[in-house]
Amino acid sequence: MHAHSRTLNFILIAAAVALAAFPLAGSTFYTQLITKIMIMAIFAMSLDLLVGYTGLVSFGHAAFFGLAGYALALMVPKYEAASLWWTLPAAMAVCAAFALVTGALVLRTRGIFFIMVTLAFAQMVFFVFHDTKLGGGSDGIYIYNKPHLKLGEATLLDLEKLDHFYYLVLALLVVAFLVLRRMLGSTFGHALVGIKVNEHRMRALGFPAFRYKLAAYVVSGALAGMAGYLAAVQFGFVNPEIISWHQSGAVLMMVILGGMGTLYGPMIGAFAFVLMQELFSNQAWFGAYAKHWQLAMGITIILVALYLPQGLAGLLQKVGRKKEAAAEPDHD
Amino acid sequence: MTDHDILPPSPLPAEGGDGGPLRSQSEAGPALGRPGGGAILSTVGLTRRFGGLVAVSNVSLDLRVGEVHVVIGPNGAGKTTLTNLLSGDLSPSSGEIRYAGADLAGLPSHRISKMGIGRSYQKTNIFLPFSVFENCRLAAQSRTPHAWRAFSRALGFGDINRQAEAAMEAAGLAHRRDRVAATLSHGEQRQLEIAMCLATQPRVLLLDEPLAGMGPHESQRMVELIQKLGAGHAVMLIEHDMDAVFAVAHKLTVMVNGEVIESGSPEAVRASPAVQLAYLGGEENLHG
Amino acid sequence: MDFAFFLIQLLNGLQYGLLLFLVASGLTLIFGIMGIINLAHGSFYMVGAYLAWSLAGMTGSLSAAILLGVVLTVLLGVALEWLLIRHFYDRDHLYQVLLTYGLILVFEEMRSVIWGDDVHGVPVPALLAHSIPLTENLSYPVYRLVISGVCLLLALAMYFLIARTRLGMMIRAGSSNRDMVQSLGINIKLIYTLVFALGVALAAFAGMINAPLASVFPNMGGGVLIICFVVVVIGGIGSVKGAMAASLLIGLAETFGQVIEIEVAGFKVLPELSGMIVYVLMAAVLVWRPEGLFRKL
Repeated sequence: MHAHSRTLNFILIAAAVALAAFPLAGSTFYTQLITKIMIMAIFAMSLDLLVGYTGLVSFGHAAFFGLAGYALALMVPKYEAASLWWTLPAAMAVCAAFALVTGALVLRTRGIFFIMVTLAFAQMVFFVFHDTKLGGGSDGIYIYNKPHLKLGEATLLDLEKLDHFYYLVLALLVVAFLVLRRMLGSTFGHALVGIKVNEHRMRALGFPAFRYKLAAYVVSGALAGMAGYLAAVQFGFVNPEIISWHQSGAVLMMVILGGMGTLYGPMIGAFAFVLMQELFSNQAWFGAYAKHWQLAMGITIILVALYLPQGLAGLLQKVGRKKEAAAEPDHD
Repeated sequence: MTDHDILPPSPLPAEGGDGGPLRSQSEAGPALGRPGGGAILSTVGLTRRFGGLVAVSNVSLDLRVGEVHVVIGPNGAGKTTLTNLLSGDLSPSSGEIRYAGADLAGLPSHRISKMGIGRSYQKTNIFLPFSVFENCRLAAQSRTPHAWRAFSRALGFGDINRQAEAAMEAAGLAHRRDRVAATLSHGEQRQLEIAMCLATQPRVLLLDEPLAGMGPHESQRMVELIQKLGAGHAVMLIEHDMDAVFAVAHKLTVMVNGEVIESGSPEAVRASPAVQLAYLGGEENLHG
Repeated sequence: MDFAFFLIQLLNGLQYGLLLFLVASGLTLIFGIMGIINLAHGSFYMVGAYLAWSLAGMTGSLSAAILLGVVLTVLLGVALEWLLIRHFYDRDHLYQVLLTYGLILVFEEMRSVIWGDDVHGVPVPALLAHSIPLTENLSYPVYRLVISGVCLLLALAMYFLIARTRLGMMIRAGSSNRDMVQSLGINIKLIYTLVFALGVALAAFAGMINAPLASVFPNMGGGVLIICFVVVVIGGIGSVKGAMAASLLIGLAETFGQVIEIEVAGFKVLPELSGMIVYVLMAAVLVWRPEGLFRKL
């Protein structure tokens, strides 16, 4: 845990400003792409809370992501626009409830068991939406009208409009980041990291570790739900693929690639991952192999596991430390 | 002294008896300094089996506030298992652990810790990536209702910080406040072990070989600390260092193969033929 | 349900369970002995199936294909262990997950490049393509009985190897104390390579012999992997006995779950939700005995 250096804060603020200015200059395609990246950043941050801060490696995080999307699709009247006011919190609440129930079971395991069980439960959710009529089966459900935010008669936000949606996502990303950062600097957050470093000692010191882990699991699930809701709005469509373990693997990769245990790392990771995905599937560059982009992705993942365990954020931190050391050679 | 936060005032002299500071305190007598008399923690017929192996067999002992009760015995005698049973890391196969009117058997370790039983580990069990201060602060945090606050800065709670500072001070680590625990010397890490324990303001201290791997100077410091702690807590100490044992022990219990073969004042135990036969076999000299 | 039908389902359930055991035992061995969680285990099942199909097509004989396929898979396993896996023994499970997940993607895409994305059938060898009559109307395929028999034989062989041979003793010792075994002069590196290759070969072999029944198709490894995880969770990690018990339990539960009808409030809970059975079983174990039914090896 490092103090939030002024350099870091400066960079983050600059990035936020740049993101806010982007739609004014960028094309529709890129605006949509950045929106997608920001949504993935929220998703990745939610997983970092579990993996990087509490030490819980979940391979089933896509369950919350998809659950929220389906919750929206099922709550929305077919040919009307839903209200953001209550559908977003409701979708998040569904995820929180699911996290509470499954978390109580799943957190009875540790280490490799935990990884396997989270994967299995996510597959269970996949099964429910893929194999039953509840969610339209493998065809999925369309969201014909995107939600809006109304105050009385006035429409504050119409998510059909590209830049309304973009700024909503940006605002939620910033809020999520600030809330998480605050939470991680609190006694609760410190306890989570203590549990990651040495759970046994935490219990010996009087901390009911299970309850802390469950709380983190629920928060993480709800936040992943927020990302899933936004993603469903963006696609206008939900299908079981958003709950697949490839989604869980992708978000885990984003967290590691970006640098786990730092909140900004997952954001970098989401950015890098989505860009790589775009790159590898680009036919202009890779021709016939573009459809096999997952091959390049897989190799990248293997290389990251081998050589970049601290992620891109880790690299940046090393560079930052070297600069500090060079600047103050006589420091104690 | 700033350690009054964790150590209640003690009527026992800090040093006393004949022969200087390292002599046993047993002359001062267990009757002084004990709040109501009687044991604060006692085990009755405590037993723990692992399959066919009986690691702890029918152990009954008492811990009293103001008393340092030392448990000695050869390796494999079941001392650490006994400690694990008292701290809740293991549950008993049979027997009772009575503490403040309740039976602790089977309770999870975090509940037992909250009830006022603190424990240090034989194998250093600290938070290596954190600073010394954070190690103690986290330990102190466990005692407060603020432990679940999610939106207030952890470092902003004065009471927690003060408790942590007091614990570091008592363990002699105040000058290492901001060092990362992994960079401490072995002896300092053992001190941190104790400091974390103290930060949870326990009534009972279970110390598992705190002197392990320490040099003479550090050992001396640790002995003095244990003597101080004994004044206001009920201390159970597991140790192999006989000089230290006799410097601090008010009561001595000898365990061999999971059983208690002798228990009582250090003099009585020293003189017991059963102990000399079973434990010493001529290798270690209890006499000095 | 009449007796013959029940018998058929019973045999199916046992056969499925035994096949699951084959795959799951590889997974649990690799984890129990080497501490490696191998998400790519299902990919080896797929590799086995595709090898069986393509080699059978080339040689005209399934048995030759299987023989050749096993050899190739062992070589692949050895190469993978040597190149990649061995760098992850002491690393956090998180990175093992990442590594093997990356391998899944690589394997799937390579399969797509080499063999394409179509579904293929594999013919049962003519010798075994008969059925044994059970009643006037019902008969049972010989090939399924053969699969069960082969799995059982392999299970016994595995038990014998691990519990009764010197190699097995070294393997078991290596799992509890790697450094000690090394200092005794036993080549732990070789043992680990062997165990890994054996483990993935088991998965591939299962894919091969099951190919005539299940066909070969893209992403076929994924489903198997998940169920194997459930088997290991229920049976207990590192426990081959547990893997057997859990595999049979799941095999029978799923098979019967698909043919039994249970209605609750007008909704056919079974067989509609038979796919949930596995997860319900897992949840039950988590509630009752989170460390699994049996403990380690």
